[in-house]
Amino acid sequence: MSDQNYVPSSKLGKWFNDRLPLLSLSAHLREYPTPKNLNYWWTFGGILTFCLVAQIITGIVLAMHYVAHTDLAFASVEHIMRDVNYGWLLRYFHANGASMFFLAVYIHIFRSLYYGSYKSPREVIWIIGMIIYFLMMMTAFMGYVLPWGQMSFWAATVITNLFSAVPFVGESITNWLWGGFAVDNPTLTRFYALHYLLPFLIFGLVILHIWALHVPGNNNPIGIELKKPSKDTVPFHPYIVIKDLFALLLFLIVFAFFVFYAPNILGHADNYIEANPMVTPNHIVPEWYLLPFYAILRSVPDKLFGVIAMFASIFVLVILPWLDTSKVKSAIFRPIYKQFYWILVIDVFILGYMGAMPAEGTYLLIARVATTYYFVHFLIILPILGKKEKTLPIPLSITDPVMGVSPNPDMVKKKEIYN
Amino acid sequence: MKNFIKLFSFLFLIIILSSQNAFTEEKKKLLNPGWSFKGYFGKFDRASLQRGYQVYTEVCASCHSMKYLSYRNLAEEGGPEFSKEQAKAIAASFEVTDGPNDDGDMFVRPAKLSDKFVGPYQNDKEAMASNGGAYPPDFSVLVKARSGGADYIYSLLLGYEDPPSNVILDDGVYYNKYMYGNMIRMPNPLSDGLIEYNDGTEATEEQMAKDLVTFLAWAAEPHLEARHKIGFKAIIYLIILTILAYFSMKRLWLRIEPKV
Amino acid sequence: MSDQKKPKRRDFLFTASYAIGAVGIGAAVWPLVDQMNPDKSVKALASTEVDVSLLEPGKSITVLWRGKPVFIKRRTQEEIFEARAVKMDELKHPEKDEDRAKDPEWLVMLGVCTHLGCVPVGDKGDYNGWFCPCHGSHYDTSGRIRKGPAPTNLEVPKYEFINSNTIKIG
Repeated sequence: MSDQNYVPSSKLGKWFNDRLPLLSLSAHLREYPTPKNLNYWWTFGGILTFCLVAQIITGIVLAMHYVAHTDLAFASVEHIMRDVNYGWLLRYFHANGASMFFLAVYIHIFRSLYYGSYKSPREVIWIIGMIIYFLMMMTAFMGYVLPWGQMSFWAATVITNLFSAVPFVGESITNWLWGGFAVDNPTLTRFYALHYLLPFLIFGLVILHIWALHVPGNNNPIGIELKKPSKDTVPFHPYIVIKDLFALLLFLIVFAFFVFYAPNILGHADNYIEANPMVTPNHIVPEWYLLPFYAILRSVPDKLFGVIAMFASIFVLVILPWLDTSKVKSAIFRPIYKQFYWILVIDVFILGYMGAMPAEGTYLLIARVATTYYFVHFLIILPILGKKEKTLPIPLSITDPVMGVSPNPDMVKKKEIYN
Repeated sequence: MKNFIKLFSFLFLIIILSSQNAFTEEKKKLLNPGWSFKGYFGKFDRASLQRGYQVYTEVCASCHSMKYLSYRNLAEEGGPEFSKEQAKAIAASFEVTDGPNDDGDMFVRPAKLSDKFVGPYQNDKEAMASNGGAYPPDFSVLVKARSGGADYIYSLLLGYEDPPSNVILDDGVYYNKYMYGNMIRMPNPLSDGLIEYNDGTEATEEQMAKDLVTFLAWAAEPHLEARHKIGFKAIIYLIILTILAYFSMKRLWLRIEPKV
Repeated sequence: MSDQKKPKRRDFLFTASYAIGAVGIGAAVWPLVDQMNPDKSVKALASTEVDVSLLEPGKSITVLWRGKPVFIKRRTQEEIFEARAVKMDELKHPEKDEDRAKDPEWLVMLGVCTHLGCVPVGDKGDYNGWFCPCHGSHYDTSGRIRKGPAPTNLEVPKYEFINSNTIKIG
């Protein structure tokens, strides 16, 4: 890398840097050559970092007031909402923060799908990302259980019961997960411990994710590998930093709208009823960000295979770098893939919608078709398409004059429309 | 940039629509008397909150608890804002069991501001036993615990009707057109002139329902006014900073792309 | 636009952005700090009432107020005399007993050693008052520091007699 020979100007700096090269690291991060044609979809990495840190900070603060006991959990949340100074703000920020986090992560993932960022040489970044995503779902699910409302309790019951589908040892596994014969106090306390732990695990993986990113450098909308540094790149600081900040601020406006003016709209009313193991709510649904998986789970009529299908839907993403056989990264130059990409987006929205509907009649039928298509996309369409598709000519560099492309990223986007 | 914002708003629209679709199994359009606490600058109507508290104590409190509220809340900013003396007097009219004292005995004393609202029953089982097996829900967060919120509870209070001829009701079950399944164990609690308002307002059914629901909405969300106020400032601030960041960004990128 | 003017405007824009950004960060940090302050339910418990009608002279009781012990001592005549006879220049933290005990018979003070917060033991120490077992501070019959590391006298909280039998602390 360009900055490995960084020498601090001051004597003290040099002394310290020889022993712990933090200054070299900081110089690397500042000068990190970033493609200058990155569009706003690339700002979600920074936004996600913010989300993670914000969730950890508000979470630690809430943990100072929360009590993980079935008799007291609900009351302690009300105590936070009513008595603790700014408790309502911290809790609403944390609860809506989870939704914002997932919104950002979905955009981040779909950006990667569109521009082929998961392909060689970035497979490891992608796989670490998928592990982060999986841990995020676990963390969010366990966090949702903590307020010990009706939805918390029944979500915990339903999700842990997934493991009862495992042949022979299913019951032993669920009893082990619960620490009893049903979801109860031992379950709540262990979920709390893990809900506190996992974000730090995610944080560690995020560092690896960024590290793995900094080896090959960023992908870009054109999807070609760039010489770094070159006239195609800009130093990360200040050019990308300010762009990320601007995007983050826009994101925060939306975030603030939810926190201050619609704090409960993404939640479920039943979760303001204290957990009651004797009564199941009429209609139970997971949080919106888990709905597509819930739809896949329910669309398979067999318990075990439903669970397998759900986990498989994440696993196909993990092996995606090898399922997609195309050498061309960006969908800009893959006219047919682009069509399928948008069909997949719509398919996932349909799955999400079906996850919220009762699993019966037409809803179930649509959910089954959508589930099938989801797997067909990854397991059949992508491998074949990579071999058959006739891709468009790819420029040699972002500023390549042969293609008549201006260095302006907006122009690149316009070109995309002409195509 | 334009694409970015467009897609952004589009995504949110979908999320909001789908979540609302998912969570409301709508049957009847709910009544809405026009709440003062809705909207970006929504505030509670103090007089209505105070009347609502009166409705609660005189009508509802014989069955429904409000266990997460304390008497001090009645005097706090953003609520009914009774004076401290009034709130103290209200508290003192209730008795709480305290103890054990130095002899190891429990004793009864008048409630203080720091005490939680005294409930009608010792425990949930007693509440169920006294009401034919139906648990009268706690009122503390009721507005947030029902989809439809304030509108739903207001509608329910005014939704009692004679059952259609094809519906046969058991003893102690009543017909309500807004209730889930239309069967409710609570008899119609309100009737015109049921109570006499301290401030002389005419106690019609609609008035009492509106005041009570306003009170319950505050009880469920006691910091709503602060939230609206801080939220407005926060969003204005963010917009200003976003604009500054935008121009800073343009200026910085001029160094790279002089023509942009 | 001249070349000299340009950087100036740029500086102003950046300075304004930094300044406004810093204000926002400060405002965002405040709730995170303030949440650790005593909350409303804690503040509401700020006063407590104690029935002292059964307390004999020479005896004391300890009650809990704001999570800390409060000593209420009904002093004997000798103890009062002893406390009032002390000359101010013998004291590390000069305070008249008359100022510490409004009614000489009743001494109300926080049972928290002013050194590092341990609870002193009653009727002990070289001055017949209190003695802190942690680091050996001796207090007299007025709860004033006489010997040992504690810097100040035991603190007298705000209290009042609501009637002849009841003391309200706080």
